[in-house]
Amino acid sequence: MRIGIDVGGTNTDAVLMDANTVAAAVKRSTSADVTTGIVEALAALQEQRAFSVDDIDAVMIGTTHFINALVEARRLAPTAAVRLGLPATASLPPFVDWPEPLVAAMQGRAYLAHGGHEFDGREISPLDPDELKRHAADIAASGSRSVAISSVFSPINSELELQAQEILQAELGPDVAFSLSHEIGRIGLLERENATIINAALRELATSIVDGLASSVAASGLTAPLFLSQNDGTLMDMEYARRYPVATFASGPTNSMRGAAVLSGLDTCAVVDVGGTTTDVGVLNQGFPREATGEVLVAGVRTNFRMPDVLSIGIGGGSLVRENGALVGPDSVGYRLNTEALVFGGSTLTATDVAVAAGWAEIGDTGRVGHLSQEAADRALDVIATRVADVVERMRTSAAPLPVVAVGGGSVLLPEELPGLGRLHRPENFAVANAIGAAIAQVSGEIDKVYAISEGSRATVIDEARQEAVDRAIAAGAHPGSVEIVDFDEVPIPYLPGNATRIRAKAVGDLALTAVAR
Amino acid sequence: MNAGSSPITTAIRPLTRIEGPEIKDLARGAAILGTGGGGDPYVGRLLAEAAVRERGPVEIVQVPDIPDDAVVVSAAMMGAPTVMVEKLPTGTQFAQAVRDLTARLGIVPTHIACIEAGGVNSTTPIVAAAELGLPLIDADGMGRAFPEVQMVLPTLYGHAAAPMSVADEKGNSLMLDTIDNRWAERLARTATVEMGCSVSTAQYVLTGAQLKESYVPGTLSLCVELGQTLVRARAANADPVAAVADVLSGRIVFEGKVVDVERRTQTGFARGTARVAGIGGNQGREAVLRFQNEHLIVEVDRTVETTAPDLIIVLEADTGEPITTEGLRYGARVRIVTAPADPRWHSAAAHALAGPAYFGYDTDPVLFDGIVVSDS
Repeated sequence: MRIGIDVGGTNTDAVLMDANTVAAAVKRSTSADVTTGIVEALAALQEQRAFSVDDIDAVMIGTTHFINALVEARRLAPTAAVRLGLPATASLPPFVDWPEPLVAAMQGRAYLAHGGHEFDGREISPLDPDELKRHAADIAASGSRSVAISSVFSPINSELELQAQEILQAELGPDVAFSLSHEIGRIGLLERENATIINAALRELATSIVDGLASSVAASGLTAPLFLSQNDGTLMDMEYARRYPVATFASGPTNSMRGAAVLSGLDTCAVVDVGGTTTDVGVLNQGFPREATGEVLVAGVRTNFRMPDVLSIGIGGGSLVRENGALVGPDSVGYRLNTEALVFGGSTLTATDVAVAAGWAEIGDTGRVGHLSQEAADRALDVIATRVADVVERMRTSAAPLPVVAVGGGSVLLPEELPGLGRLHRPENFAVANAIGAAIAQVSGEIDKVYAISEGSRATVIDEARQEAVDRAIAAGAHPGSVEIVDFDEVPIPYLPGNATRIRAKAVGDLALTAVAR
Repeated sequence: MNAGSSPITTAIRPLTRIEGPEIKDLARGAAILGTGGGGDPYVGRLLAEAAVRERGPVEIVQVPDIPDDAVVVSAAMMGAPTVMVEKLPTGTQFAQAVRDLTARLGIVPTHIACIEAGGVNSTTPIVAAAELGLPLIDADGMGRAFPEVQMVLPTLYGHAAAPMSVADEKGNSLMLDTIDNRWAERLARTATVEMGCSVSTAQYVLTGAQLKESYVPGTLSLCVELGQTLVRARAANADPVAAVADVLSGRIVFEGKVVDVERRTQTGFARGTARVAGIGGNQGREAVLRFQNEHLIVEVDRTVETTAPDLIIVLEADTGEPITTEGLRYGARVRIVTAPADPRWHSAAAHALAGPAYFGYDTDPVLFDGIVVSDS
């Protein structure tokens, strides 16, 4: 059996999963120290359905800690960014176009050095060890404790980033953490470098969070291996999480979507997660969230993280209802729903009140909404259904029918059928979809490279790219027999000779639990 | 041939200076005129912002105010947009290309000009002008984006692209003397690849008089206006796509969802087609976009609605945000706008230079409003 835990800003949810069946599910408040909340949730789980620690094969945790730290600009390590690419790239040094307070919060320092590659693999200029040693001296003197290294075209050739790390590490000592851009992002220097810098700034926090998670699980007597969920719905082990905290950023929506898939038994569907303030809509393709392809702004920084493509609208259980039902949201009473909504004795007409008035839900004191006109309630619910249906419609990628799954506490606002989209799937345990998503995660391997495809070599190149993605998934801990390619994309690059083609491939497989040291 | 200004540039407030804040709008507007090609405007925007921040504002000169004996050099990048987002240029290489060329010719430039208003080359001349301390002319050589050196209105007036210089970030510099503008394209393209596929060029050294007759006036101001139009329309909850079509005197030909994108490399360019299934009032209909870096043909239900040289612009249906051909993606909800190019793009010679036949499509040119032109 597996345990899935979702540590959110408000609640810590835990589920005990027997294969894909929910054996127990609990919800507890998140504690300031994180640990207590997890220990309590695990105790509650044990209470609901007794299990032996030996029955637990793995514990999977999803957390919003790292993205919150960045958004709030707190607990960031003093960080230096070293870029290899001179004489190219000099006009736009690291940290360009960043919000100033965030740079200040990590005492960001930018260094340019020689190195980098051309698109075809030639070096732009050789690495200059003396130049890097001079930078190291300045980094040491300024007190930076974490270093991000980026190099032009490093997704194609990572050699120079590795060499630069060796030189800098020798100067700075083993206590300074290194984050290398080729391990973090894809082509697009600024976006990849930004993600690498963010990762570097989170390294110290990652160590303390990972230790905290490990000790709280250990405190519950569990000895099973511990994993963290990543943005794409796959898993990383604790050692990896210490090094790549940035990979957890969007695990929240991802886990909720994947949890919805398991609960509903659908692996290709739209997932509508209705919360208190917003409704998030994403699309699952073969069990994995469709990713955003463009650049994603995180805390005002442009990145190219692997993030799920999620569209949000301001409709939730706490949304204000006005103009006799014609206007719903986008403002919401939020976490004050339990005091401000009419059914809870408050004085604000919310979407939840309307659902209660229409008889769709029994929440709070139903008598307090008896005075609402049926017409106004119907109108408001109609507005909600139409707008949610419109968002789902926008997220659809083909004319083929796409089943829609509703999760989240606010999904009582939705009708049995969405206009034009058919019957809505409403699985049990929808409130803990996040923790379930964490518990069922898999592992992936990905490549994103530019290949020169000569006459007749296309099939060989594609096979090679797919195999490399598969190999990476296995290296990340996937069971070899279970790995399959879930995403493949081939884009010719204009103006380049030799049919230069950018190929992206992603392979995914089940976690090989036996391969993990116990 | 008439050198009169294009109808699309009337009633737009002319730029007088580029100081910084307008660059964002300019880059976004340039992506609209880029008709799907011309590269990612983000890096271009950052380069121009950095140049203006370090070197001070760039003075913008309107076409009628240029002395006939002015010495004008156009600055532009050449290469692959995908490379440019990885190997970022050095700010100084733009000015270097101009310095190399003018030193070789023994001339002193008085103005910098823009050869391509669509895409990233709308902002690169700002960098060169800031670096050299020269004024920049509010005009460009095509009023849109096209992939090759010779595909500009000055070619139709017999003006030469070369002598032309090509500079990379390493300090390599190349001077080209060619027999015609197509050879300038051919040789510069080969050098560009060897130099790492992202180079700066200085080209089309013209007198003020030559520029006045052959460039499209007011296009930098038009870019800023287009960018601001999007911002204003969204703020007013108005339809940004309709607002863009209005500024360009164009029309919205289709609204739909991208249901298929097929790309292949052919004759050195990313050719492809996208199929768009109609939604809303277009339910049950289908549009097909044919592109080679830029959108070149749009068909609706197998009828060609518009071809290059007129503008075919794909915008995100709700926000009006321009979508590049590389960014065209399965599932995107888009609206397709067509708009008139500068009228000088509609002679038989211009169609031979950048019409559908040149790009290998077997169709007569079709204007933005659906009228078929027969050049034979």
